[in-house]
Amino acid sequence: MGNNLDALTTIFTEFYYWVTVVLMFLIHAGFLMYEVGMSRRRNHIHTLMKNVMLIPLVTVSFFFFGWWIYFAFPNGPFIFEGKGIDYAAATGARPWDPAMGTNLSDHINGVFWAAFLLFSWTAASIVSGAVIERIRSGAFWILAVLIGSVAWIIDASWGWHWDGWMVKILGYHDAYASGVIHAIAGGFALGVLLVLGPRIAKFREDGSARDIPAHNPWMVALGFFMIYTGFWGFYAACNVPIISPEVIGGQITGVTWTGTNIYLAPTTLSAITFNFLMSLSGGLMVAYIVSKGDLLWTFSGGLAGIITASAGNDLYHPIQAMFIGGIGAWAAYKLHYWVEKKFKIDDAVGAVAVHGYAGFIGVVIAGFVLWGQPSSPYEGYAAINPVGQFIGAIIMFFVLGFLPGYICAKLLNAFDLLRIPRKVELEGLDFETNQTFLAAVDEVQRAEKAAV
Amino acid sequence: MPSTNGMTSWAVDLKDVAAIYPFQGSEFIMFILGLAFWIGWHILQLRVEATEVEHEMSADESGEKTRAAIDRY
Repeated sequence: MGNNLDALTTIFTEFYYWVTVVLMFLIHAGFLMYEVGMSRRRNHIHTLMKNVMLIPLVTVSFFFFGWWIYFAFPNGPFIFEGKGIDYAAATGARPWDPAMGTNLSDHINGVFWAAFLLFSWTAASIVSGAVIERIRSGAFWILAVLIGSVAWIIDASWGWHWDGWMVKILGYHDAYASGVIHAIAGGFALGVLLVLGPRIAKFREDGSARDIPAHNPWMVALGFFMIYTGFWGFYAACNVPIISPEVIGGQITGVTWTGTNIYLAPTTLSAITFNFLMSLSGGLMVAYIVSKGDLLWTFSGGLAGIITASAGNDLYHPIQAMFIGGIGAWAAYKLHYWVEKKFKIDDAVGAVAVHGYAGFIGVVIAGFVLWGQPSSPYEGYAAINPVGQFIGAIIMFFVLGFLPGYICAKLLNAFDLLRIPRKVELEGLDFETNQTFLAAVDEVQRAEKAAV
Repeated sequence: MPSTNGMTSWAVDLKDVAAIYPFQGSEFIMFILGLAFWIGWHILQLRVEATEVEHEMSADESGEKTRAAIDRY
């Protein structure tokens, strides 16, 4: 820190990211409530533990190698101008580097790492909901590390980095992660679901789907509200709060400091606040109508609305954000039931639709609405365009999402590690725990009655 | 290449830049469309609710399930 202004800027930035991380914890608490609310009573504890334990597993793996990937892979490697792994840029992100610990000369690395890590948890948690009530926890945790500490952070390095090859070549723009978090996680979940198969009794003999209702809609609704709240933190964490043109080092002239998106292109917290709320509203309104007031789908539609508009919510007008959110909610609802019917996919919480399809569509829409706008403050980068965004959406959903999920699930299945046995699924994953609980209650009651 | 917000590069002084959303000049049209969406929503919602109420009215003519629902509080 050279002078007092630098010091203040650094400490403000450090505190800013720290607050976003705390807010983003609510996303995870929301996912827990949502998943448990959606699951049946005999599966609660396993559902809860499956999601909770992704936190430490993704955290340690993200510390060991995930963070390094972000800085090492912006060129592919070997996709942009034949450049390989960027070892120099990734120095400081290896677990043995001094910047990866208590270090008075670096106030940002830890909080920036944590902001990205919370995105990793979110990506894994999106997959978690889709596969409830029949996946083995051990299999899920391996899949969680794959998406949380490998697949998503590769996509971030490619398309959510000021120097990423997708930004340079394709003009890829995805400021609040329609593609880099949601499309990839939805695609990954779809790949896993294809191998995992539906829950027993999900489909009738004629192939039509049964509704397996949430056991606690109130808990689901509260979970959604917590996810919405944490999403604010997520949005703020996607910005650089304050930076000077000199530090950006791009084409911007003058001395006016600004907030920026992850590509270091200017935006404001005010802009994303307008657009967050308007896209949420568009999603809720359309989802309510299309689902005829269904609780799960109305709340999911709000989420799908934000997710669809997220790619361009740094630049849209609020009314544009509202309409784009509405389109995403409508598409998510329709596609969920079409895919369920056509391919017999049992996505227990609609995660593939709300995150995957809405995220994919959001990336594509941004290509049209933001067509021709600069993707970066640096010279020589492609402008935002529909073709680049479409290719980007394919990379996110299929290449880095669906394929790794499908291949890893196939491997786990080959070793009989993916799905719990039929008997256990029917008993419920918590059967043993519940029997122990009932026996303990019975014993305590007997003892107390004997003492009366 | 033209751009939807008029900007094709960030080679500008930020003190000279104001609105950067796409399709500037069409704000009033967007407002009218937004207004139509909002009013249209109320009309559609009233229809959805009317259908729902109609279904509820024709359900449980004996009143048996209704009494059970009252018992459950």
